[in-house]
Amino acid sequence: MSVAENQVAAGRGSARAVAILSSLGRFLVVAVTTYLGLLAVTFFIGRVIPIDPVLAVLGDRAPTAVVERTRREMGLDLPWIEQFYLYVKAALRGDFGTSVLTTNPVMADIRRVFPATIELATLGTIIGAVIGVPLGVLAAVKRGSLIDQIARVVGLIGYSVPIFWLGLLGLVLFYAKLQWIAFPARLDVVYEYTFTPITGFYLLDAAIQGQWDVFHDAWRHIVLPAALLGYLSLAYISRMTRSFMLNELAQEYIVAARAKGLSETRIIWGHALRNAAVPMVTVIALSYANLLEGSVLTETVFSWPGIGLYITNSLQNADMNAVLGGTIAIGSVFIAINLLSDLLYRLLDPRTKTG
Amino acid sequence: MSAETIQSRREWLLSDRPASRLQARLGRAYVAWRRFSANRLALVGMLIIIALVLVAALADVLAPYSATVGDLKNARLLPPSAAHWFGTDDLGRDIYSRIVYGARWTLYVVILVAIIAAPIGLLVGTVAGYAGGWTDTILMRITDIFLAFPKLVLALAFVAALGPGIENAVLAIAITSWPPYARIARAETLTVRNSDYIKAVQLMGASPFRIVLRHIMPLCISSLIIRVTLDMAGIILTAAGLGFLGLGAQPPLPEWGAMIASGRRFILDQWWVAAAPGAAILIVSLGFNLLGDGLRDALDPRSGDQ
Amino acid sequence: MNGDTLLEVDDLRVTFPTRTGIVQAVRGVSFSLGRERLGIVGESGSGKSQTGRAIMGLTPPQAEVSAKKLAFNGIDLLSISPRQRRSLRGNRIAMILQDPKYSLDPVMTIGRQIVETLRTHEKVSRAEARERALAMLQAVQIRDPARVFDLYPHEVSGGMGQRAMIAMMLITGPELMIADEPTSALDVTVQLDVLKILDKLVAERGMGLIFISHDLRLVSSFCDRVVVMYAGKVVEQIKASELRDAQHPYTRGLLNCMPRIGFERHPLPVLDRKPEWAA
Repeated sequence: MSVAENQVAAGRGSARAVAILSSLGRFLVVAVTTYLGLLAVTFFIGRVIPIDPVLAVLGDRAPTAVVERTRREMGLDLPWIEQFYLYVKAALRGDFGTSVLTTNPVMADIRRVFPATIELATLGTIIGAVIGVPLGVLAAVKRGSLIDQIARVVGLIGYSVPIFWLGLLGLVLFYAKLQWIAFPARLDVVYEYTFTPITGFYLLDAAIQGQWDVFHDAWRHIVLPAALLGYLSLAYISRMTRSFMLNELAQEYIVAARAKGLSETRIIWGHALRNAAVPMVTVIALSYANLLEGSVLTETVFSWPGIGLYITNSLQNADMNAVLGGTIAIGSVFIAINLLSDLLYRLLDPRTKTG
Repeated sequence: MSAETIQSRREWLLSDRPASRLQARLGRAYVAWRRFSANRLALVGMLIIIALVLVAALADVLAPYSATVGDLKNARLLPPSAAHWFGTDDLGRDIYSRIVYGARWTLYVVILVAIIAAPIGLLVGTVAGYAGGWTDTILMRITDIFLAFPKLVLALAFVAALGPGIENAVLAIAITSWPPYARIARAETLTVRNSDYIKAVQLMGASPFRIVLRHIMPLCISSLIIRVTLDMAGIILTAAGLGFLGLGAQPPLPEWGAMIASGRRFILDQWWVAAAPGAAILIVSLGFNLLGDGLRDALDPRSGDQ
Repeated sequence: MNGDTLLEVDDLRVTFPTRTGIVQAVRGVSFSLGRERLGIVGESGSGKSQTGRAIMGLTPPQAEVSAKKLAFNGIDLLSISPRQRRSLRGNRIAMILQDPKYSLDPVMTIGRQIVETLRTHEKVSRAEARERALAMLQAVQIRDPARVFDLYPHEVSGGMGQRAMIAMMLITGPELMIADEPTSALDVTVQLDVLKILDKLVAERGMGLIFISHDLRLVSSFCDRVVVMYAGKVVEQIKASELRDAQHPYTRGLLNCMPRIGFERHPLPVLDRKPEWAA
């Protein structure tokens, strides 16, 4: 390489670094403003809408002394903007107040329940992607065929079905009638006291410790709720995969790949899907975020002790701190997933590196 | 009517040189209808929605029993039979009648959410798109923030603060569902903002208010209708979810989600109490999804198979 | 059969079923090709591209292809299995498409795309495949093959992309090359470079070339023989050197459209299209 070309290459390299840095900067700005927006909304819900926020937090049975102390702690005598400042500061420290229901700090509760939700949503997404991607690819390749029609119907029902209802019917069939799965909970009571989790993901923990009876039991509890969430994500993922694949299969590089004499298998999975994979990352990430949300209803049906059940229990008991803390927790993960998928998109698509 | 007049009417509708604005509009509608009605699934969707509206309107005629008062003594938790097509619930109420009346509440939620959320989105989107600059940046930043939120969870939090009830559920759903409409309206606005005919209207001295209201908003309507129809299923599911959690419609309202919640207690023995209202939700959301897909393919051929 | 005949096309027809009826894109095209350069000229929609794709076996699945004879080196292309057809494609018959911006896979490096063709048809080691790909890049006059090998298609210019495309299609040493408007999407300044490279390689390797273009002048200066197509039919076959004496009014019309230095062209001639030529 000549000196001049070297300089050009070096120039390109630094331009690339600048582009990546500036997009990283933009990500940070977006992340920070979105998070502030989330806090502004929960602040609005917790402090502005209720006539007396203290009552909203403590309920109406709290002693007067406690009410007065909480009023001062929340800074309700200060102007809005100062209150919001204190609110954000507390939230950044992970301080969302105390739950009336559990009497624990909300943050401690969330730490305790979140792994259950993550375990459920992750398994759901894996099921959805492992079935949804191939189904979408086949539907696109054999467009108009029986498998395309089946994929379409499966997808449409997934978009239209109330998941909590499907869960209840599932319990009737698989738990009560067929007895294939365990009752709604995370583990049998026997194991609740003998099993010590490490990561909080029971399947993983049981496998690490080699307690296969626990693993089997955990599996029997998680399989139906995970399959249901998996179905929701399958409906979304297969539909988007089909649409991306149809788009890619119509491109000229597919004709070129055929002209090269490549097999259809290689063209579909090696070229078209590789190109479709770039936007698919975003879709799978979004579907994961949606499952975190879908878990609220699913966890209620299956008594799954995750963040969704925590929020709904708190709702039923007018435990405002816990509700808003849970909302912020899910919202934060949502925002983080959105940003990560954006970042991943840029990493996967060679065209954005030098753009 | 003779075949000839039908033929000439079709020609009039499909004319390349419409003589009036009305003829052009009718012609376009006719073309869109032909594309729409060629899609059998879309027609099924439309039939489902028409049926929903009819059932809601004729509930008093169609329902053999009261929706709120049951026969506690003789008719508790009866399985489906000729007298009670879908059985009865724990308060001895006829489930079929409750579902028929529930159609009203489903329509109520869907329509209210649409007429609250769609105009908000339309306004935010067109103003942001037409004004540009800082207005655009700030409005779209807010929209993005709402878009980045989990909808159901946010609606839950809103209802928690506002208190349970079907009106508050509607409000909470509306608050969380306008951002996509703002996005669409802005995108449409941007495509026409710099077009010559908008310039012409500007030269004639029209106020920005008038331009946005009379010349930009109408252009956003069709894509907005498609999106709202596609969202209907989601709205129904969210409302039912809130009802299921006891945060939406309160007893004794025959709202389908709340009916599933009350059937949950007997699900293992009297499964039909929860089964029928869930099936109703499934069918109606399916109807909206099919209709929305059909409308999109008919009105917006660009989107093709997406 | 003449031993030198590479390709024989007799009464080739390509039809597409559409909602409004059957569209005949190619309606009985016949020609034969030796180790020479044949140009196919016509307007868009004349069926010239579909002719090329039918020879390649790349017509869309809903289309129907028929011919009295479609033979490559004596192999009847329409009767062999799809698998055998595929083993010919990219191996003994290759094709260059119009725009490298769209015809190269955007998420795969140029080098990998070239190696892919080679390894599909020949059992070679990774290292050898890489060596041959680099040599091929050198042959299409890319100065720094090792660097270009690892670039993505969007990182190179159109001219460079088309050279990579040629390298990708020539690496297996095909006997017949179909070039479908290979320079139309390129800058005028690099069109000639790319053509020269193509011409040189075709000549060196003794290949047959079908050059599909809408540009009669380009074709006449570049090819030995010219087939003029109109509405799915061949209206004239003529040696490039005798083009000035073309008989058919459509060919004459195309010729008249070419601007020449030193002649006034006012008003600009309008191409005459008579329905009976299509009959």
